[in-house]
Amino acid sequence: MTTTQDHTAVLQVQDLAVEVAGRPVLRGVTLALRPGQVAVLMGANGSGKSTLGLALAGHPHYQVTGGQARLGDADLLALDATARSRAGLFLSFQSPPDIPGVRNNLFLRTALNALRQHRGQAQIDAYDFLSAARAEAARVGLPEALLGRAVNEGYSGGERKRNELLQLALLQPKVAVLDEIDSGLDVDGVRAVAAMVQAQRERGTAMLVVSHYLHLIESLEPDAVLRLDAGRIAETGDVALARALAREGYRNGSAAVAQAA
Amino acid sequence: MPALQPAATPAPWKQVLDRPYEAGFITDIESDALPPGLDESTIRAISARKREPQFMLRWRLAAYERWLTMTPPTWARLQIDPIDFQALSYYSAPKSLANGPRSLDEVDPKLLETYEKLKVPLHERARLAGVAVDAVFDSVSVGTTFREQLAAAGVIFCSMSHAVEHHPELVERYLGTVVPVGDNFYAALNSAVFSDGSFVYVPAGVRCPMELSSYFRINARNTGQFERTLIIAEAGSHVSYLEGCTAPQRDEHQLHAAVVELVAHDDAHIKYSTVQNWYPGDAEGRGGIYNFVTKRGLCAGARSHISWTQVETGSAITWKYPSVVLRGDDSRGEFQSIAVSHHRQQADTGTKMIHLGRNTASRIVSKGISAGHAHNSYRGLVKVAPTAVGARNHTQCDSLLIGPDCGAHTFPTVEAARSDAVVEHEATTTRISEERLFYCQQRGIDAQEAAALIVGGFCQDVIDALPMEFALEAKALLAVSLEGAVG
Repeated sequence: MTTTQDHTAVLQVQDLAVEVAGRPVLRGVTLALRPGQVAVLMGANGSGKSTLGLALAGHPHYQVTGGQARLGDADLLALDATARSRAGLFLSFQSPPDIPGVRNNLFLRTALNALRQHRGQAQIDAYDFLSAARAEAARVGLPEALLGRAVNEGYSGGERKRNELLQLALLQPKVAVLDEIDSGLDVDGVRAVAAMVQAQRERGTAMLVVSHYLHLIESLEPDAVLRLDAGRIAETGDVALARALAREGYRNGSAAVAQAA
Repeated sequence: MPALQPAATPAPWKQVLDRPYEAGFITDIESDALPPGLDESTIRAISARKREPQFMLRWRLAAYERWLTMTPPTWARLQIDPIDFQALSYYSAPKSLANGPRSLDEVDPKLLETYEKLKVPLHERARLAGVAVDAVFDSVSVGTTFREQLAAAGVIFCSMSHAVEHHPELVERYLGTVVPVGDNFYAALNSAVFSDGSFVYVPAGVRCPMELSSYFRINARNTGQFERTLIIAEAGSHVSYLEGCTAPQRDEHQLHAAVVELVAHDDAHIKYSTVQNWYPGDAEGRGGIYNFVTKRGLCAGARSHISWTQVETGSAITWKYPSVVLRGDDSRGEFQSIAVSHHRQQADTGTKMIHLGRNTASRIVSKGISAGHAHNSYRGLVKVAPTAVGARNHTQCDSLLIGPDCGAHTFPTVEAARSDAVVEHEATTTRISEERLFYCQQRGIDAQEAAALIVGGFCQDVIDALPMEFALEAKALLAVSLEGAVG
């Protein structure tokens, strides 16, 4: 996973260093994902997991101070946030914001059509869009009524996460970073995440899943488990690493791996 | 290099706003204009050109006498360069209309072209459906569409000049009853020199069969536009009226001082919508319209209902408070407003709800959006008279700020003479949220479109109150007005 010159990789991050408000958070992260690969990213609070996703997506508060990131042929770091999305990067937000007064279906259709235009595909009309959105909403367990309400406004935490899953399903990115998609979700919701990750994997989406929740991690059957510590990938392993971290905690991470091995 | 902006500069709203004002062209047409200056002879000349009856001339002269004793209001939060009222021309009409509006087939093609360019085609067969238009060019009406069809329903929809000539009894009975000549400096000036405007009369029990619309266009240089609109809805009638405005792009300020009066009798409903897109001036504040307007509706009858909905994106300075006097028992008044100011624009706008009758209710929704160096003030008065048993008001005042150099101000006043009055006020001020903008961008929506989405969402309640045709136009206009505001 951490080899630096993987020509089959769709996402390639090398020595990425990121500051937030002048404070270094990532100090040289290197990872690569091939199409359809699923990697789980674990790590203690403050280790930089969310920063990685937000920096890759181009959030203006996350200042890249070194390293590279490529998505396919695109130099991600040279693009603005919109262009990164259009290049195929999707970030599921840990706390998705609301957009008062903007109906969810308008927002989703605007996003989908912006991406379709970029991909040289025809615009989807309101009617076709609605039937697609309804079908996907049912799959992720988002009440259909929420399509007609303002984006995330008055949604429960779980509904916001299901709305993120819906967007992932509709927008069909090449690479998806799911930042604690399971937090706030009930058992059925977590199942929907696992099913969605499986479906995306089959269509070739590479995914980086940030989670602390062993049950979800196991059900994802990830290709790799990475532990982020103090802004660097400290360990790489498989589900056994996740189990050990869940059992022993992050502070004893390395020792845990030794025991598990 | 990563395309990152420092946090203080909200990135994407920038490019859009510097798009030129699309209605800024000038129609090259010969005009019959009065020389600049204002005295009694000016008023007599206007009245004579319009072949007005004696009562009208007397009324104008009385208003002029009153105006001479008045001074411009200074209480608004506005910086207004002094206006030289003697440097303005008070009457300008295309020569081809010298004998009053004729049938549309005879109207100068240049004028028709002007309205085509503004996307207000006046040929009835060219119109999609359902909206009758009165087009006012400088001081006179170019023509009114669908007049015959409306007459069949008993509705009178014509220019004010036509009404003065052909329905003098209605004009004499109602003109100045809602906005008295001495109401304020600009209303007095308008009463003295008004040139044209629209007149609507809806008889008892009639639901006006189509939307009525006026389109005001200032073309001539150094000319004030003083239009006067009067709408009378008899008992049980219903009318929806739309007003649109544009002006050429000129370097000097132009004065627009209109008066609109509405009268709703028992059970009548008047819905008045405005999309105001007067030339706002350039980024440095050169040029643009001074929009000093007095609009007031009288809920004269029981259960009558008047609603004002306005989308104000243009003008260098807006001074405007569409108000409702709730005299009839159980009458209702509404004011729903979106005011956008960008660059050096100033807007001081709001409403007055005067509760006189029993069980009267009013609702105010104000959305102010400021960008660039603009200042936007909401100024409202809710007054509950001793007679107004059971009066209720709800006011919601939201401000959206885009960028660090603009301002939003709220001046709500409540004067309640009764302890049983229920008066509620909610106010919010928000900055355009970077998190929301980033969320949209992360989904592939570019910054300009994201900004338009977010602003549209902020204004959605008010846009929903507009008639369908105007809602789309208003959304487009909002997007254009804020072009370049983010970035």
